[in-house]
Amino acid sequence: MKFLDEYRDRKAVDRVAGEIRKTVTRSWTIMEVCGGQTHTILKSGLEDLLPPQVTLVHGPGCPVCVTPLELIDKAVAIASRPGAILCSFGDMLRVPGSARSLFDAKAEGGDVRVVYSPLDAVKVARQNPAREVVFFAVGFETTAPGNAMAVWQAAREGLENFSILVAHVLVPPAIEAILSAPACRVQGFLAPGHVCAVVGFEQYEPIARRYHVPIVVTGFEPLDLLEGVRMTVAQLESGRAEVENQYSRAVTREGNRAAQKVVAEVFEVADRRWRGIGEIPGSGLRLREAYRRFDAEERFALAARGVVESPECISGLVLQGLKKPYECPAFGSKCTPERPLGAPMVSSEGACAAYYLYGRHRHERV
Amino acid sequence: MNEFSLTCPVPLPAGDRIQLAHGGGGKLTNQLIDRVFLPAFSNPALEARHDGAVVTVGGARLAFTTDGYVVRPLIFPGGNIGDLAVNGTVNDLAMCGARPQYLSAAFILEEGLEMETLRTVVASMRKAAEAAGVELVTGDTKVVDRGSADRMFIVTAGVGAIECGRAIGPQAVEPGDAVIVSGDLGAHGIAVLSVREGLEFEAEIESDTAPLWAPVEALFAADVEVHCLRDLTRGGLASALNEIASARGVGIAIEELAIPVRPAVRAACELLGLDPLYVANEGRFVAFVPARDAGRAVDVLRAMLVTSGAAVAGRVTEAEPGTVVLESRIGGRRVVDMLSGEQLPRIC
Repeated sequence: MKFLDEYRDRKAVDRVAGEIRKTVTRSWTIMEVCGGQTHTILKSGLEDLLPPQVTLVHGPGCPVCVTPLELIDKAVAIASRPGAILCSFGDMLRVPGSARSLFDAKAEGGDVRVVYSPLDAVKVARQNPAREVVFFAVGFETTAPGNAMAVWQAAREGLENFSILVAHVLVPPAIEAILSAPACRVQGFLAPGHVCAVVGFEQYEPIARRYHVPIVVTGFEPLDLLEGVRMTVAQLESGRAEVENQYSRAVTREGNRAAQKVVAEVFEVADRRWRGIGEIPGSGLRLREAYRRFDAEERFALAARGVVESPECISGLVLQGLKKPYECPAFGSKCTPERPLGAPMVSSEGACAAYYLYGRHRHERV
Repeated sequence: MNEFSLTCPVPLPAGDRIQLAHGGGGKLTNQLIDRVFLPAFSNPALEARHDGAVVTVGGARLAFTTDGYVVRPLIFPGGNIGDLAVNGTVNDLAMCGARPQYLSAAFILEEGLEMETLRTVVASMRKAAEAAGVELVTGDTKVVDRGSADRMFIVTAGVGAIECGRAIGPQAVEPGDAVIVSGDLGAHGIAVLSVREGLEFEAEIESDTAPLWAPVEALFAADVEVHCLRDLTRGGLASALNEIASARGVGIAIEELAIPVRPAVRAACELLGLDPLYVANEGRFVAFVPARDAGRAVDVLRAMLVTSGAAVAGRVTEAEPGTVVLESRIGGRRVVDMLSGEQLPRIC
């Protein structure tokens, strides 16, 4: 398949892996930020090709995993309202709230619909003028333009029955939070290519300087990831700490200006809580005043309830790269994709799910 | 009032209601079978957990099977619910090593269904039955209120005489066996999904629905020592291999590059975030045969249109019992688990 097979080519992969082996002289810990990258690594067995000195730890870039429990509870509450239609990306449906998931709400009669695009949710609102249609706006910078466009379009059409439940988070503040944690062991980052395709990578340059850490904007195919590791290791071995772009076929330094413009029109930066990690200042988006009427939390006056995470779930440590999923005592026993304690076990981008689905043979042999 | 008591040693599945994934062919389906159906109906034929039951009636060994069809939309590229209802049951019999002979069909129709649709479906069933060499000998019709069914459900059952002297099933699988996939994977699931979701691809992807007794019979005729057969329906190749690996307590190693998936299906799966190993098929099976027979088996299959894409996809191992391990196209290894829940489209 064009544009994919080139990046899964065994010969090319072997060549880059050989270069990493030649370059590396001591141990390095590198974090891939995005859950999509984590899944490629596990799914393609990439770690089998890396020298033992290179350790990959998995970052917080799984939007489903970091969406706070209370927001999932709010989505479930909306889905359970008679007459309401809750539209969501499919990924969110399995994630456990404090009591129930959206799948449970659906099984109990709630109208929960999986959409591929937020604009499909706008269409649902248009087709059902007598019903409240809410889109669960989850994601990083990658999904923000589409979600902003949905709100912008609803405003332009005067769709009064459409709103979004905002759970938007931003990558750079999360990287800073990880780097400033005392126990941080990450020495280099593979930055998420898709996020950078939207916002560019200027924002990462001050972080690389301040913390003296190499950051390589990296794609999602096996060869992309291996090349990202090679570039990061080369920087680490020579003492450099720069922002480099491995994913140049999709990412430019300034990013997609048109997408940034619609995001800035509709959203503004706000503080946000991350599930398992806590509040990170300036790490999220909320609707601007002019669009606040499309905010589902305000429209339905959903009160925040104090909810407690399972004390056994160590997803916060996993999301910060401090623990590997299999180091959790509940992994694979009390916590499985069918009975998850935390979101990383059910999301298709969650690190725990990746290890459970693809990587069990690895640590079971240890 | 309980007719029987469920004395299952394990807790009931999470949640107190049926979710869609309980019918997905993956882990929850298996939980439902283990925790609700098997304890209630326990008997040796059921416990074999094959695609159909093997029973003895008046000295004759018969395969007996049933299946419900609830596909939406009713008509999709390459087939309709009628083809599926015949081929699915025919194939369950074939996987037992039985020549499919007689079928029953029950129709559950929703008030308001267009007569024309019913006629189209019934005509397809007749054609499929002729192609598979079976007769539809008994049936039933029910009509339910509008809203009580999704237009039309069909339940078929079938019987056939076992034509293979050896017992075919997971218990006959041996380490060293070759794992043969009968053709390219995923076309049926993608064909249905594309209509359901209104997705359009450059080349229309048609369902692979087809009867599979002829290629199975050809394997027997060529004296291939068939150990196990399984048709790849819901849950795809991954679920079938996991079921066999755990039932027999062996490992199965497969190679990503050896598994046939046509480019259009691969592309659609990439776009939708689906894994072709889990996507449904309706005209594909996996055969376990001794390594020495593998080449001959593939030659026999490739000579027939319905299995012209057959290939050896892997082998049975003694390592890592109960586990399916895939060698990726870049040479890494990973576990291929049974599908957990529904395959869901991703966020980004």
